Amino acid sequence: MIPELALYNYWIVIALMMVGLYTVISRGNLVKKLVGLNIFQTAVFFLYISLGFVLEGAAPILTEGVEVYSNPLPHVLILTAIVVGVATTALGLALVLRIKEAYGTVDEDQLQRMDNEA
Amino acid sequence: MHDSLILRVVAKFLIPVIVLFGLYVVFHGKLGPGGAFQAGVILASALIVHMLVFGPDETRRVAPVAVLRGLAAVGVLLYGGTGLISLALGANYLDYNPIGSTPVSGQYFGILLVEIGVCITVASTMALLALLFAERVRT
Amino acid sequence: MSVHLQVLIVVIPLLAAPLLVLLRGATAPWALATAVSWSVLAIALWLVAEVQVHGQLSYALGGWAAPWGIEYRLDAANAMVQLLVAMVAAVVLPYARLSAGREVDPEQQPGMYAAMMLLLAGLLGISATGDAFNVFVFLEISSLSTYTLIALGRDRRALTSAFRYLIMGTIGATFFLIGVGLLYALTGTLNMADLAERLPAVASTRTAHTAAAFLVVGICLKLALFPLHLWLPNAYTYAPSAVTALVAATATKVAAYVLIRFLYTIFGIHFSFGELPLSQILMVLAVIGMLVASAVAIRQPDAKRLLAYSSIAQVGYITLGLALGSVLGLTAALLHMFNHALMKGALFMALGCIAWRVGSTRVDQLKGLGRDMPWTMAAFVVGGLSLIGVPLTVGFISKWYLILAALEQGWWVLIAAIVISSLMAVVYIWRIVEIAWFQQSESRDHTREVPLGLLLPTWLLALANLWFGIDTRLTIGIADQAARALIGSAP
Repeated sequence: MIPELALYNYWIVIALMMVGLYTVISRGNLVKKLVGLNIFQTAVFFLYISLGFVLEGAAPILTEGVEVYSNPLPHVLILTAIVVGVATTALGLALVLRIKEAYGTVDEDQLQRMDNEA
Repeated sequence: MHDSLILRVVAKFLIPVIVLFGLYVVFHGKLGPGGAFQAGVILASALIVHMLVFGPDETRRVAPVAVLRGLAAVGVLLYGGTGLISLALGANYLDYNPIGSTPVSGQYFGILLVEIGVCITVASTMALLALLFAERVRT
Repeated sequence: MSVHLQVLIVVIPLLAAPLLVLLRGATAPWALATAVSWSVLAIALWLVAEVQVHGQLSYALGGWAAPWGIEYRLDAANAMVQLLVAMVAAVVLPYARLSAGREVDPEQQPGMYAAMMLLLAGLLGISATGDAFNVFVFLEISSLSTYTLIALGRDRRALTSAFRYLIMGTIGATFFLIGVGLLYALTGTLNMADLAERLPAVASTRTAHTAAAFLVVGICLKLALFPLHLWLPNAYTYAPSAVTALVAATATKVAAYVLIRFLYTIFGIHFSFGELPLSQILMVLAVIGMLVASAVAIRQPDAKRLLAYSSIAQVGYITLGLALGSVLGLTAALLHMFNHALMKGALFMALGCIAWRVGSTRVDQLKGLGRDMPWTMAAFVVGGLSLIGVPLTVGFISKWYLILAALEQGWWVLIAAIVISSLMAVVYIWRIVEIAWFQQSESRDHTREVPLGLLLPTWLLALANLWFGIDTRLTIGIADQAARALIGSAP
């Protein structure tokens, strides 16, 4: 295999990261921005999970006759980050809901226009 | 909301199983794959299924918002309180060794307390989020 | 018990938050939150004294020894940051009862105090920990509570500014997370001291450079360094006054501390400023930020927004000091972190008093207030003089050190930038002073001074501006000790 493609998971991570970041920047709809943010964060979760992979390593549960285990630490770290991501998404959606109630729209350009008029 | 007999009957079968599975995951967490976060979400999903099938008003009767809010706080206090117990027993914060008679049983009970605390908080927070969002969107 | 204070300073506010959620009404949560903030201040003072004697304190969380377990490590730099956070919190929380009482819905007040406690726990946690990933966790605790607090503002624009901050803050935190992940991939450790030991061997790899880039950009978003400051003006303007005072005085300062910690302790000065051109990049951005933000501040119609832009300029001073890479420059940066917290706290609290009485902080609404609310406006002037850098105030001390540091390396351009930016501060502070004292209001009847519950905390911080401007032993002593330890020339 081409050596650059042997680490294909990292390429996927980078692609996902760019998709997410681009969505955050380019979309005007606040919900879509949150979706982009989630994709971006998920890419980082994949990055960490990839880091924990050990070639021919077993799942990190003590088992007789197994010498090589995958590294569980990145998984634990990213579990924390996932929880943080859930909290961020929940808070973001709550804010979107209240913006919708207060302004009647969730489109950034319209919000900007309404703010400028005020 | 459209009322469906099939959904209601299936939900009544499903919800106890989900709850049982959630409890299994939290108590199994210290022995094998599993843990409080996952268990909390599974437990919350039982309430969310309930909400989807019977409607938010019915779920609020089963699990009032004030109770869920209180539980979310109690879970965190249980976690942090475990750490304070270790302080009171003369060890470092969140050092479970002195909680049991031997370090091994100390770690066992300490992590169990923490996991239960996390599980309570995660489950009630998730259910709370679903309920509050459902109510807010409807009005 | 005293060995555990290092962790209790984080745990007490963290556990106070769920307790507050269980409480009802507005008075009980306020009383508990205030008591917590005062006990945190007492612990912070104790820890500063301990650090000055022992130099460094280490605490193994859960009894797991570093580098495997999470270590809390305290030296002069983070003890100073903890002290400034605790000081500001201990003054803002008593003030919040009246100020937030008028600006925040009563049923949201227990939640607001809980969020404030979480913010406090997050900020203190960032400065307590010696573990790189732990910094991320506490960073997000503090950020999430900040978004919530900003959204409590009465104006509906508080919601949009909280949302924008949430998007940018999360991108920043995720960048930080990527950087920490790459460092872990490279060295297999997350303990800061351990990272510092292992990084030099792999410093010239591309992974190390990428990690540094992600970390610096991520932290600078939180720091609101120009041009990553776009979230800040609206967030500070539309948040409730007490929240603005708390967040403006502490959050960016803690981010500056994280930047210092990563550049100096973890990467080391040779990597950050030798291998990477960070010194030049940060310096240019800091100078542009100082000049542009000050210029923008002059023309703002709202006093709160004016001070928000001034904050961006002040972040420039801090960054400039740390980018110089010398003991003197770092001392100046640490001093300015501390001093800027004092002055911005006092200024935003004075504006909060005005908002309490007048209902607005628009500059044209301030006419005649110098006569009607002499004490509030006097506190504002003290803060303003400090912001400009007039002798006998804290602002003078840190700018003096900054100029000395620039002089040491012969950077005349930087000195010119500092002076020009300070002159612009004179302009925007004078604009408010002139309107408040020398113009009469046509539309408004005479207003009275605000009650002591607001005035006393405001004046406490204003007096701190004078006190630490005259008696500099504590601040300069600890900043110097911290800078020497960070650069590694400690005796």
